[in-house]
Formats: sequence, C-alpha cells, structure tokens
Amino acid sequence: MSDKTMSAEEAVGRLESGMTLGIGGWGSRRKPMALVRALLRTSITDLTVVSYGGPDVGLLAATGRIRKLVTAFVTLDSIPLEPHYRAARERGAFELTEVDEAMFMWGLHAAANRLPFLPVRAGLGSDVMRINPGLRTVASPYEDAETFVAMPALRLDAALVHMNRADRLGNGQYLGPDPYFDDLLCEAADAAYVSCERLVDNVGTAEPAKEAAPQTLLLKRSSVTGVIETPNGAHFTSCAPDYGRDEAFQKLYATTPYGQFAERFLGGDEQHYQRAVLDWRKERGQ
Amino acid sequence: MTVTRAEYCVIACAEAWRDNGEVLASPMGLIPALGARLAKRTFSPDLLLTDGEAMLVGLDGTVEGWLPYRQHLTMVTGGRRHVMMGASQIDRFGNQNISCIGDWARPKRQLLGVRGGPVNTLNNPTSYWVPKHSARVFVEKVDMVCGVGYDRAAAAGPSVTRFHRIPRVVSDLGVFDFATPDHAMRLASLHPGVTVEQVQEATGFALHVPDEVPYTREPTSAELDLIRSVIDPEGARRREVDG
Repeated sequence: MSDKTMSAEEAVGRLESGMTLGIGGWGSRRKPMALVRALLRTSITDLTVVSYGGPDVGLLAATGRIRKLVTAFVTLDSIPLEPHYRAARERGAFELTEVDEAMFMWGLHAAANRLPFLPVRAGLGSDVMRINPGLRTVASPYEDAETFVAMPALRLDAALVHMNRADRLGNGQYLGPDPYFDDLLCEAADAAYVSCERLVDNVGTAEPAKEAAPQTLLLKRSSVTGVIETPNGAHFTSCAPDYGRDEAFQKLYATTPYGQFAERFLGGDEQHYQRAVLDWRKERGQ
Repeated sequence: MTVTRAEYCVIACAEAWRDNGEVLASPMGLIPALGARLAKRTFSPDLLLTDGEAMLVGLDGTVEGWLPYRQHLTMVTGGRRHVMMGASQIDRFGNQNISCIGDWARPKRQLLGVRGGPVNTLNNPTSYWVPKHSARVFVEKVDMVCGVGYDRAAAAGPSVTRFHRIPRVVSDLGVFDFATPDHAMRLASLHPGVTVEQVQEATGFALHVPDEVPYTREPTSAELDLIRSVIDPEGARRREVDG
C-alpha cells in the first residue's frame, strides 16, 4: 500500500488556480491552518472556497485568493466577526454564495453520495432564495406533495482538513468533541489532503488512539490523497484535546492590520511561523 | 430587594422555555443562557443543554450526551429544539437579519452571515433576544431575511409554515409576540419601569399595543436567589443589560 505522506508544499503544489477548494473545521475550530499558510506561500488564486468559515477564509480573503466563497458564516467564535473577511466583503472583493448551515451540509452529503442535489427544508421564505437565483425547488413525489429546496451538490476539486492523528496510508483520527464535516469534505472531493498533529504508524493501534472509541477513526484512506504532519498545525484555532484556541494570538490577528501581521508571522515557512509565535509569546512574558 | 432590569430579562427569557418538555434549549447570548439554566433549574427540568461545543451537559456540567453539529442539525429539523437567536435587525412580522447591513451585493457592514436562521425558523420554535432595543434593530424591513417571519412564511407556502413558529422576542424593554390576526408584532409585556411610549419610540414600525399591557412577571424570591447566588454569582448579566 502506498505511503501518502508529503510536505505541505507538495500538497499545495498539487492545487491550481481556479479550483474549488473545501476547507474543514468550523469557525475557529480545527482548521488546517498550516496548509492554508502553505497555500499563501504559492501564487495560487482565483479559488472557489467552500468552508464553514473562520480565519482560513480571513487569510485567503486578505490576500485576494478568493474568486467565490461558498459559506453560511465566517466567524472567529470568541470574536464574532472576522475582520479580514468583513473588509474584503465590504470592498466587494469576491463573489459570495451564502447558504444556510443545513443547506451547506446537505450540499456536501449530495456531493459525497454522487447525487446532483438533496432536498432540504431550509431556505424557502428567506433571502437565501433571492441572492441565489440559481437555486431550484423540488416537489415531493408522495402524497404530502411538499416543496423543498433542491440543494445542489457541493463537489470539490480538493479538500484540506486537519486531524489529531493520521497514518501514512491516509487513515485519519479526530480526538476532540466534534468531527465537524471533515469526512464529508474528503468524500466530496476529487483529492483530499489531511494535515495532522502527529503521524502514527497505524491509527488503530497507536497511543492514545488505541484507547479511543472506534468512532474517532473518521477518515478512511480510500478518500485521502495526501497526509502531512504539521504539529500545532491548526494554530491559532482550537485542536482539542491537543490544544485549545490561542485566544491571545487570535486577538492579535484580529486587531493587527493584515500587512503588519503577515510581515511578522507569514514571511517564511511553517517553522518560521511557529518560531515567530513562540517569540511573540516570550515577549509577552508567557 | 429591587429586581434589576437584567433580572427581568432573565425571567422573560426563561419563560420562553416553559412547558417545552424534553427539547434542547439553544440560547445565543448571555442572558438567554442564564434564562435557559433558570428554566431547567425550576419549571422546565427536562430541558437539554449543551456546553457550547458538542456535549450535552447537566446543570453542574456533567456530560449526559454527545451532540456534534451534524446531530445538532438533525435536532433542528426533527423539531426537538427551541432556539433563542440574536437579531441585528428584526421587523414587524419577525423576519430577522444577522447577515449584513445595506445591500447584500455590496454590504455597508458585513455581519455573521445567515448561519442557521433559515433552517431554524422553518423547523423548530425560534425566539429572539435583543439586548439593546432600538429603532435600528426593530426596523420596518430587514436588509436580508435570514430567519423567516410570519408574512414571508405564509407567502412561501405550507412546507414553510408547517413547523414555523416564533414564540417570543425579548428585549431589554419588554416581551413581544405575534398573537395578532395578521401575526404582526405585539407588545406582550413591559419590563417594570418601562413605558409604552418608550418602547414605541425605540421601535421603527407601528407596534401592536393592546389596551391593557401587563408587566413582565416578578421573579419569585427563590428564582432571584438562584440568579444571584447560583446561576450568575459574578453578575455578568449586568454587562449585557444595564440596571
């Protein structure tokens, strides 16, 4: 069986401008930030980004990489509004497909199941219908004859997700409270790149996976293309139980002009980023 | 002991979950969270609560279940949930906006996004909490309909109205519902110390005001004690609503 490990550079090297890219996690939770940072070091642009948005969207928006965003929200959770996303939206920097959280989920289910759409009782009556004139409805063929939104499949060229553990074959494990929709994103994508806190020999037998419930073995290698070990790779978003959200750093991110933030933290590779974060912490006396 | 405005708000929020049975109480905002806990501690002990992430927890934080987002969304569409959302704008028929201010295509001010407003309002009871009642929030027409109000639901047909219900809107001035013939917003109760004129002045549309407007009920001494000593001993509620 093939060894799918690769560097973050190799993973983003397989992406191309114009692709539809799904990003895992939720808000400011278990985002594949090291992969997003690697993406920022390329010239890839013109992306359609599909994400329950957090700072992944903020960073890509701040650097003009997004042509179109598909989302239900963009938030930093403890800081409700993502400043770089807001600024980009207010200057009309990209197209937006704004749908409800449930519509988004059924769009992923449809894509993962190779269906053109799935019916959902959400959207009708709201302005989601006005701003997405391409959305169609579907009538139940049974006696109830109800009408629903036919949520189109959110098919992805590639997905980026972050796990607590993964093995070389591409099996991925989350150890936190919520899988979010990371498995669906991988299944909805032609290629899925999985970063992880720690690469293990076999997710089924390694510590602490051995003691964890089998349901934590979220990602199947059959829907994973590449595995990238990126310790602290979700920083500054949360990655329980390995670490929580770095609230102080998130606040710095949200209150610093992007150029200034990028100059200090995003001028080099991932190692440079992690070292810059440590230096910043030292300065603050932590 | 004088009851504060914030404490009346806690009571008014708690009352939203009275007689709800065994459903998930999903409060967004601090005072709704205090209200949900008060309701569970007193008259609605069967309510389910989350820890804000994916665990269902008892009042002391003891885990009793698992509710990741995927299952949370099924709880919404299955109807076993009563959410109290915030509202950046809300209109006379209960249409709610948390997405953006101004023209959606090029917003003057980008907010959160529609989030779960569309799915919530079509599937489970959805109430609202507005900590600062003003004509900028209570508007004639919202800029972007996220949560669906009664007029839009009726126009959209039976699949939309089937499970649609907005039990109440609570603000720092009073409690509002839609118990009118055309489901226009009605002043249901004033928090003690607030006048009808004050509410009308802070509302950007003609509110239905009954001849007799009751006051929001007083907390019992046991409830007041719970709020002050057990549920919010630090007094965080005062940061959301003055007084």
